[in-house]
Amino acid sequence: MSSDELIWRIAGGSGDGIDSTSQNFAKALMRSGLDVFTHRHYPSRIRGGHTYVEIRAADHEVQSRGDGYNFLLALGDSFARNPQEEAYYGNEEIKPLSENLDDLREGGIIVYDEGLIGEEDVADIDLEARAEENNWHVFPMDLRGLAREHGREVMRNTAGVGVTAALLEMDLDHIEDLMSDAMGGDVLESNLEILHEAYDTVAEEYDFDHDLRAPEGSHETEQALLSGSNAIAYGAIDAGCRFIAGYPMTPWTDVFTILSQNFPDMGGVSEQVEDEIAAAALAVGASHAGAKAMSGSSGGGFALMSEPLGLAEMTETPIVLVESMRAGPSTGMPTKPEQGDLEFVLYTSQGDSSRVVFAPGNIEEAYDQTRLAFKIAWDYQIPTIIIYDQKLSGENTNVDVEFFDREPEPDLGSTMTEEELREAAHDASGKFKRFNYDDAEKGVSPRSLPGQQGGRFLATGNEHSPVGHISEDPDNRVFQMDRRLEKLDHIREELTEEHASNQTTFGDETAEYGIITWGSSQGAVAEAVERLNGNGYAVKGLSVSDMMPFPEAEVTDFLESVDEAMVVEMNATAQFRGLIQKELGRFGDKMTSLLKYNGNPFEPAEIVEGYEVNLEGEDRQPSAQVRIEPAAGD
Amino acid sequence: MSAFNAIGEEREIDRDEFTPGIEPQPTWCPGCGDFGVLKALKQALPEVGKTPEEVLTVTGIGCSGKLNSYLDTYGFHTIHGRSLPVARAAKLANTDLEVIAAGGDGDGYGIGGNHFIHSARENHDMTYIVFNNEIFGLTKGQTSPTSPKGHKSKTQPSGSAKTPLRPLSLSLNAGASYIARTAAVNPNQAKEIIKEAIEHDGFAHIDFLTQCPTWNKDARQYVPYIDVQESDDYDFDVTDRREAAEMMHETEDVLNEGTVLTGRYYVDDDRPSYQQEKAAVGEMPDEPLAERYFDDDAEWERSYDLLERHT
Repeated sequence: MSSDELIWRIAGGSGDGIDSTSQNFAKALMRSGLDVFTHRHYPSRIRGGHTYVEIRAADHEVQSRGDGYNFLLALGDSFARNPQEEAYYGNEEIKPLSENLDDLREGGIIVYDEGLIGEEDVADIDLEARAEENNWHVFPMDLRGLAREHGREVMRNTAGVGVTAALLEMDLDHIEDLMSDAMGGDVLESNLEILHEAYDTVAEEYDFDHDLRAPEGSHETEQALLSGSNAIAYGAIDAGCRFIAGYPMTPWTDVFTILSQNFPDMGGVSEQVEDEIAAAALAVGASHAGAKAMSGSSGGGFALMSEPLGLAEMTETPIVLVESMRAGPSTGMPTKPEQGDLEFVLYTSQGDSSRVVFAPGNIEEAYDQTRLAFKIAWDYQIPTIIIYDQKLSGENTNVDVEFFDREPEPDLGSTMTEEELREAAHDASGKFKRFNYDDAEKGVSPRSLPGQQGGRFLATGNEHSPVGHISEDPDNRVFQMDRRLEKLDHIREELTEEHASNQTTFGDETAEYGIITWGSSQGAVAEAVERLNGNGYAVKGLSVSDMMPFPEAEVTDFLESVDEAMVVEMNATAQFRGLIQKELGRFGDKMTSLLKYNGNPFEPAEIVEGYEVNLEGEDRQPSAQVRIEPAAGD
Repeated sequence: MSAFNAIGEEREIDRDEFTPGIEPQPTWCPGCGDFGVLKALKQALPEVGKTPEEVLTVTGIGCSGKLNSYLDTYGFHTIHGRSLPVARAAKLANTDLEVIAAGGDGDGYGIGGNHFIHSARENHDMTYIVFNNEIFGLTKGQTSPTSPKGHKSKTQPSGSAKTPLRPLSLSLNAGASYIARTAAVNPNQAKEIIKEAIEHDGFAHIDFLTQCPTWNKDARQYVPYIDVQESDDYDFDVTDRREAAEMMHETEDVLNEGTVLTGRYYVDDDRPSYQQEKAAVGEMPDEPLAERYFDDDAEWERSYDLLERHT
């Protein structure tokens, strides 16, 4: 007997190896033929503090963390024993158990580490009564003791995985394979011993009366488990990006780290620099000299990048910036997701400035749109930004390996060779008319690179003449400004014609009720729409990924086709709904908002509930930490 | 064949090649020290065999930032204080380029101070010329980081309460491997120092004293200078860090009293440049990165080949 889906939550203290253990377990589930989706919840601390990772696994596609969970492995917080920590945070040893009970589904399983979580503490939280009430199956195990006996205390994670496998009646093959890949020698041996003893103890000593078993499934093609940050980094590699500059900041650091680790073998250059102004300025400098360059940050660091961003636009130096959002304002919540920087990213920088902004909604889109971001940047000589968030950054999903089997596109777009430069327009002194407006196509005048014969010009952040000299001539100003702004119209056209798939639609095409979302909320919305349609409603969904230029036609068509729409996003001020109204100038009376900004991503059930409350016109807010913002009118 | 044929081109180079044939004419005031930097650069570049198209000059904002408008090389006139990060990335992307960054004392020591410290620390192979006239010129005469204590301006009407920054000592402590001070009123020395700086493998910092006849009439840069290498009174070893530090202190103690010492203060030819250090740890490509984009035979790695670790 197998269950429809498993949502396994491993909880402990930061630094206890929760992340690596869950990565391996997720991979084991994927290798067993299941689709998986992981969700990380962690505090902004290095060691100790409540952290958990959820792995959702099913025999069908999983697009979000799901609702609640059904298996808790509570390891205890080993770092909470530090007396100094206790003075600050109180005794947190019990938290991996107590903090997680609210979301555990009826009939769920709890395994907790008796070695770390004391009997008295368990009595204090009334676990027995709650278990009875919710039909939970509780298995206290001395995981720490078992780990200590065969190796080291830190291996209690392995014991936990062994117990899990036994209770779910899983084979240990995949888990053993993954362990062999990750370690060797005595460490591997000890871990295998622990794994097997934990497994056997459960199998021999417990009678199972719970229904939950590991789902069974199979994949027709080979799968890879990776995060949004992986996908962005890999998209950049395949786009020919070989220069990255950055300053560490969560969650942007993921992309920065992945590329820094891969570039040495690929002839790329990675620079960790003094601040984010420098980071983006380095991207500009490297691009100016002929490299495909990127930089990025999270909100606070991106704030510093607005200067070089404007410089890139004015000098028409292509760059790609990544903005990985976390909750704000200011330093906000460093390890929690939010979609609150949309307006900031769209309008940062002075003047009538413009850039291209992509907001991928899942792993495949993150890869595709990163490639696209480089292509557009180098073809049109304009900064492009990929905006995503802590959620998409850290969650892992399985993707067809074949999806990534694509040729690199390292070409420098509108950059000329020396032969082409010979034919190009020059002024009387022999300077190349780099910023020519007479023969520009689609607003683009082809560029030269320093060191090329016959390409000499001046790039400047001031308004400039065709060869690049500072100019305040009114006619030139209007010509140059119009030429630069013209690019966006052509980019919109190109995106619409060739890349309409940037926008994703789902649900019942004929429905008169629509749910619109953007970025990483896509998965939860898609699932909610599916569930609503399964419940007899008629709903369709639109997930938008092009933020600037805005896909006017597609969003207009969608909104015209429905009577009512709910805009779902993770922020408090309905920024995306505001963008739709600004761009389209209407539909204000059709759109309500469902907003969440408590630091946790949407669960599909919250969207379903938001829909029902909204549709029924009930005068109440949904029960979750979610807010409905009524229609504003045009 | 290289995609950058202007680089390393060997031929007789006329200094006039560095002057734009038509507009713009310099907008600097008559008597401005910036003309001295421009002239010294135009003389130095042909003498070290550089063609206009293999040189990239990167400037910041201010009167000094217009240098590359009047000097006909590849140029990038950036934004306030950001010339160095742009310049050093250009060098990393194409190590064959001759990269020269320039800016004023407000631009380089004020708003761009952090970049200055770190570019010197990392010892990027480039030349950095700071036009030091102890004043903000283009914004009309405000007190700068190098203005003397007590300097009165519209923004510090009662006289600056701040001790001036000491660029040479700062540069040494930050890690620059070539440090010199010269002056617009000393054209021959200026040219020689610029030549040395360009040929130096590492971060060469030149604090270039330039007078501002419009906003800093009180500045003492018109007084005769003393070349520390020419004078018997200042005998020190420019390769010795401690002796250099002492000399810098001596200079910077007396600068605002009317004594101007110029010359080379520190030269470390042994320290590898950042590019070399980075290559030594395996984090720099063997060939200039920019070249690879024009190489039809280049093998571009695919992310597909990295997926093994994810399966």
